[in-house]
Amino acid sequence: MVAAPTIRPAARRQPLPKKRRQAQPRNKTLTVVTALMVAYTLLPLAWLLISATKTQEGLLDSFGLWFADDFALFDNIGRVFTYQDGIYPRWLLNTVFYVVAGAGGATLLSTLAGYGLSKFAFRGRRAVFAVILGAVAVPPTALAVPTFLLFAKMGITDSPWAVIIPTLMAPFSLYLMWTFSNEAVPNEILESARVDGAGEFRIFFKLALPLLAPGTVTALLFNVVMTWNNLFLPLIMLKDRHLYPITLGIYTWNQQSQTVGGDVVFNLVITGSLLAVIPLIAAFLLLQRYWQSGLAAGSVKQ
Amino acid sequence: MRMRMTRRRALLGAAMSITLLAAGCGSSDDSTDEAPAATTVSDADVEAALQAGGNLTVWAWEPTLTKVVAQFQTKYPKVKVNLVNAGSGNDQYTALQNAVKAGTGVPDLAQIEYFALPQFSLSKAVTDLSAYGAKALDGTFSPGPWTSVHSGEKIYGLPMDSGPMALFYNKEVFDKYKIAVPTTWEEYATAAEKLHTANPKSYITSDSGDAGFTTSMIWQAGGRPYKVEGTDVTVNFDDEGTKKWTGLWQGLVDKKLLAPTPGWSDAWYKGLGDGTIASLVIGAWMPPNLESGVKAASGKWRVAPMPQWAAGEKVTAENGGSSLAVTEASQAKTLAYGFLKYATVGDGAQIRTDEGAFPATTAQLTADAFKNKEFPYLGGQKANEVLSEAATQVATGWSYLPFQVYANSVFNDSVGKAYTGGSTLQDGLKAWQEASTKYGQEQGFTIK
Repeated sequence: MVAAPTIRPAARRQPLPKKRRQAQPRNKTLTVVTALMVAYTLLPLAWLLISATKTQEGLLDSFGLWFADDFALFDNIGRVFTYQDGIYPRWLLNTVFYVVAGAGGATLLSTLAGYGLSKFAFRGRRAVFAVILGAVAVPPTALAVPTFLLFAKMGITDSPWAVIIPTLMAPFSLYLMWTFSNEAVPNEILESARVDGAGEFRIFFKLALPLLAPGTVTALLFNVVMTWNNLFLPLIMLKDRHLYPITLGIYTWNQQSQTVGGDVVFNLVITGSLLAVIPLIAAFLLLQRYWQSGLAAGSVKQ
Repeated sequence: MRMRMTRRRALLGAAMSITLLAAGCGSSDDSTDEAPAATTVSDADVEAALQAGGNLTVWAWEPTLTKVVAQFQTKYPKVKVNLVNAGSGNDQYTALQNAVKAGTGVPDLAQIEYFALPQFSLSKAVTDLSAYGAKALDGTFSPGPWTSVHSGEKIYGLPMDSGPMALFYNKEVFDKYKIAVPTTWEEYATAAEKLHTANPKSYITSDSGDAGFTTSMIWQAGGRPYKVEGTDVTVNFDDEGTKKWTGLWQGLVDKKLLAPTPGWSDAWYKGLGDGTIASLVIGAWMPPNLESGVKAASGKWRVAPMPQWAAGEKVTAENGGSSLAVTEASQAKTLAYGFLKYATVGDGAQIRTDEGAFPATTAQLTADAFKNKEFPYLGGQKANEVLSEAATQVATGWSYLPFQVYANSVFNDSVGKAYTGGSTLQDGLKAWQEASTKYGQEQGFTIK
């Protein structure tokens, strides 16, 4: 799957492209290493794309990185959308919903909180910060079962809330937004705005938010990828197939091959996976434009 | 002493023992006190519950249940059954344990494989069905699965399907290399060598370490490594039966005669299709999986009886298979039992057999229509003749650990090493025994 990019604050201070006339001669070792990395990243995608064109039999009979005699991509896509009464589009919509509500909410919350922690001195700020840093170190997987027991008491397991609420807690993205607020939002601007009589919310939305945009988009990308790919949390929380996100749905299709009397549908698992990464890649390419333009916009004179 | 008690004291005693049981600390000698509570639910009560209706949630991954539920609801329109696939095998067990722990969201019925059932019965996650008249079903099921749902006198589930073992082999490959179908394990080892010598890409079978397969093989060889009496557990892989199996299998491993392909992977299905994995010793439920997963080899596979340790013997073991159990947390146990009976011994048994499941009920196993069914995939062979005979030959006296799910999950840490040359099977089993013992003690079992 696609890895999320990290913002390098230092990048903002890089010279503009036109100044790069005396560019260094290309480093051969670096080129080779980069080429290897590209191959390493793209090979699984190529495999996925090629395999999605094969039938169940073709998958088992042919070499993995080349096409089989039969070209069944469109047939596979058709079957993915109709298999088991056409539950796949439903799973896709569920994932989109969890991403919009969960990752969107998480980004909003962490932008607010990161900005707040960065710009307002209050009692216990260091303690809050220590908790957040600690939370970054705890893998969400380790929290899934305790969260399940907690949610079971509240009676909200097997509901969309069970997936959305834990997703809203994104300590890493909060940390990111705190760092970014420190760097990108000069205190002088805030002070002059206050002198001009702007309220705190107005300052946040009109002044800080545009400055924070590149960081926000990066955090959003992170959260989108995390939520889109999340398997374990929904696996623990959800029992109703109609609430499954795409990851869990495809996982259950894959499990059928290990079940007595189960329908073996590796071809649908693969085609389903291919279709599932397309929106993610699209989101990435689209958002990438924003955070690149955001990078330039973020270079504020101090 | 109890006989002489006055009525009032007896009532008091009964009340106290109920309190003790509710607190989960009933000692073993008051098991007789539970008897009065039993047999209170009659068949008429069950039928009345079915007519009155209600809601049931069933957790199962078995695909044939979909049709059973549909037919059941036609017959009993007032019962609404919510069939949920909460994951296959271990995923579902984890979910079930979580739900039991949380005390909410527990289904009324759950599919539980035979090897996992003791774990759920001992922790009282599933209910004793003898109170609902399950004892009367004695003789309804073939002995292997029927024993598997018992824990002492109690019955914790009803068998859904069974997996008496047989030899599935690719006839085309066997014929090509002029290999006779082995009837003994000695012949099997010879065949393994002959096949691999004739075609170095071909293996008699694949095995890279599979707890279920290993325990079933030890079962057939006469080993009884697990003994369970309540919370007293014995784990001992140092017996004759186990050594018989490790002796044979170690030879195959040492000579590299087993394909190192993990079972149920895409590579495994590929090997079954292209002849590089030429046979499987596996449960009788296998044909539908071959039909669905290995379409390329249609017409090439056949079924033969499981190879024997001595010529002329007729001993098999169970491999896999599931029960359906009623949970302790269910609020509609009588109704749940009604569905359970419908699905396992009533119309459901035939529906599921027609859908391709391998039955556990003697009525289905011995029916002529079943035995005479020709499998086009198996070249028209009447495979059920072999398979239903295997069901009658399952060796008795086997039990699984009350924490077998855990034990199986760490199998590859110890025994798995033997397949990569880091250890031997016998040493691996010894390490597995130690790991199981340690875990059992931590869980409060007395391990001998």
